[in-house]
Amino acid sequence: MFSDLMLNAWGSASIVAIVAGVVGFFIVLRGSAFAAHALPNGAFAGAAGASLIGVDAIVGLAVFSVLGALTIAGLGRRARHDVATALVIVLMLGLGSLFLSMATEYAPEIYSLLFGEVLGVSSSELVPIAVIGVVCIAAVFLVYRPLLFSSVMPEVAEARGVGRGRMEVVFLLVVALTTTMAVPVVGALLIFSLLISPAAAARSFTDRPFTAMGLSVLIALGTVWSAIALAYLSNLPIGFFVGSIGAGTYAVGRGWSAWRRNRRSSRRTGQTRPRPAQVQTS
Amino acid sequence: MPGFLSPLIEPGFFSNLPVQTALVVGGVVAVVSGIVGTFTVMRGQSFAGHSLADIGTAGGSAAFVLGISPLFGFVAMNLMAAGVMEWIGIRRPRGRDLATGIVLGAALGLAALFLYLDTTASSTTGATVNVLFGSIFTLPASMVPFIAIFSVVAAGIVLVMYRPLILTSVSADLAIAQGIRVRLVGIGYLVALALAVSLSAVTIGAILSTALLIGPAATALRITNRTGRAAVIAAGIGIIATWLGVLLAYDSYYWFPNGGGWPVSFFVVTLIFLVYLLSQLRFRGHSAARRRSTAAQAG
Repeated sequence: MFSDLMLNAWGSASIVAIVAGVVGFFIVLRGSAFAAHALPNGAFAGAAGASLIGVDAIVGLAVFSVLGALTIAGLGRRARHDVATALVIVLMLGLGSLFLSMATEYAPEIYSLLFGEVLGVSSSELVPIAVIGVVCIAAVFLVYRPLLFSSVMPEVAEARGVGRGRMEVVFLLVVALTTTMAVPVVGALLIFSLLISPAAAARSFTDRPFTAMGLSVLIALGTVWSAIALAYLSNLPIGFFVGSIGAGTYAVGRGWSAWRRNRRSSRRTGQTRPRPAQVQTS
Repeated sequence: MPGFLSPLIEPGFFSNLPVQTALVVGGVVAVVSGIVGTFTVMRGQSFAGHSLADIGTAGGSAAFVLGISPLFGFVAMNLMAAGVMEWIGIRRPRGRDLATGIVLGAALGLAALFLYLDTTASSTTGATVNVLFGSIFTLPASMVPFIAIFSVVAAGIVLVMYRPLILTSVSADLAIAQGIRVRLVGIGYLVALALAVSLSAVTIGAILSTALLIGPAATALRITNRTGRAAVIAAGIGIIATWLGVLLAYDSYYWFPNGGGWPVSFFVVTLIFLVYLLSQLRFRGHSAARRRSTAAQAG
């Protein structure tokens, strides 16, 4: 399990997990899960285009995810954000289907771009992954305070001079970079699980932003490591384990916060209080 | 066919059986997606609408393992997913994003497993690509009745709860004050959405499914504020884009580069996106004129 061949897998997956934990925290906080799904999927189309004109897949991933991020931010300014994201993802996938129809790619390669090929990461690929990962984390910490401010209280932040549109562009570009780095390793569909589930689980354990971010990184690392180990032992695809462990940790987080809420209220009133009627807002 | 159309329409377009099926199915799916999609855009559930198309993949590939028709796998999986989304909390705007995300993540993991089992069992890796980019031209004509039935059910649910659905979509508070059971309406709507999306995803692929659900409806809601009119316009835009897309794909058979034809989804998606951009320009012109007139009044 820890042979030379596997070391690249462990290394690259760990880098992806750390970055996904940090970036994912903000994705969950800002409620931009749709963008986190759309950019990797659209970037997949970029990889198909890159193979068509014969350049490195990572170039296609980078170009498409950055263009996608800018288009979502641009359209989202005038329309509902989810509509803009939906239109961008279908446009990019439409281009992807055009590229695929022109290329004579083997289906297994497409499967590996969608569902990842962590065991196939070579040493030469490890360098760009590490470099982009460091850039992502550095970018997040550079704009940490304004980004947090703008995510939690967008109106107040805007009044204090932290432009909502500007922060959105910066943040989506970070997501685009994360995508570029992660798609070759864990695949377009599964980077999404890694971005959402650990961060969502972490938020139900703590309300402090920095603690939640650290916890999210730890959960992401735990998810990836156990997924690789289980996949190695059982010979089933890694994606399955990443997806189900992710959903499992979220369920544990939800259970924990429900139990804690219940206990706190029963301590206060001396008995288990029925949950207040749910307020409908939408 | 009139002679002047022949440069536009390749000979044999209307007599070709796959083309006829594609025109009929595409039209039906476009109408249902237009109606259901108008509410999807109004309720801000585009992400759920798109996710259901991807989530269905898990059901479709599981059905393949079990040896039953993928359509039933899609429908069963999507109804289940809609239930879990509702349970996690799709009603609150904050929870909506997360509810959809968690369900989507888990379902993609399952899809990875089932597709892997499919591949090892029968060495057909094409399943993924087929579902994601599915082709409207390869549809067997025997599917048409099923598609028609599910379409009628999905559109029927929306039409039956038409008024309460509008009210809950615009303002949940108002709807509660009126004594409407918001949660029940929300569940009914999710069922309609799950049915409509499984239908379109299994027949024309996940990309086109989302494009037809969101694009025409978003454009229509730019043009008019009235829900009923928007649904009709959305259905119209959807049908025109789909039929033009089928026509262009048919024409493109001899185009660059290798004479295999360009995919329908590319044409339909591009047309829908262009129409949406045009509606934005129109909207921008309006608001600029309005701003000018208010400025003139103020001055």
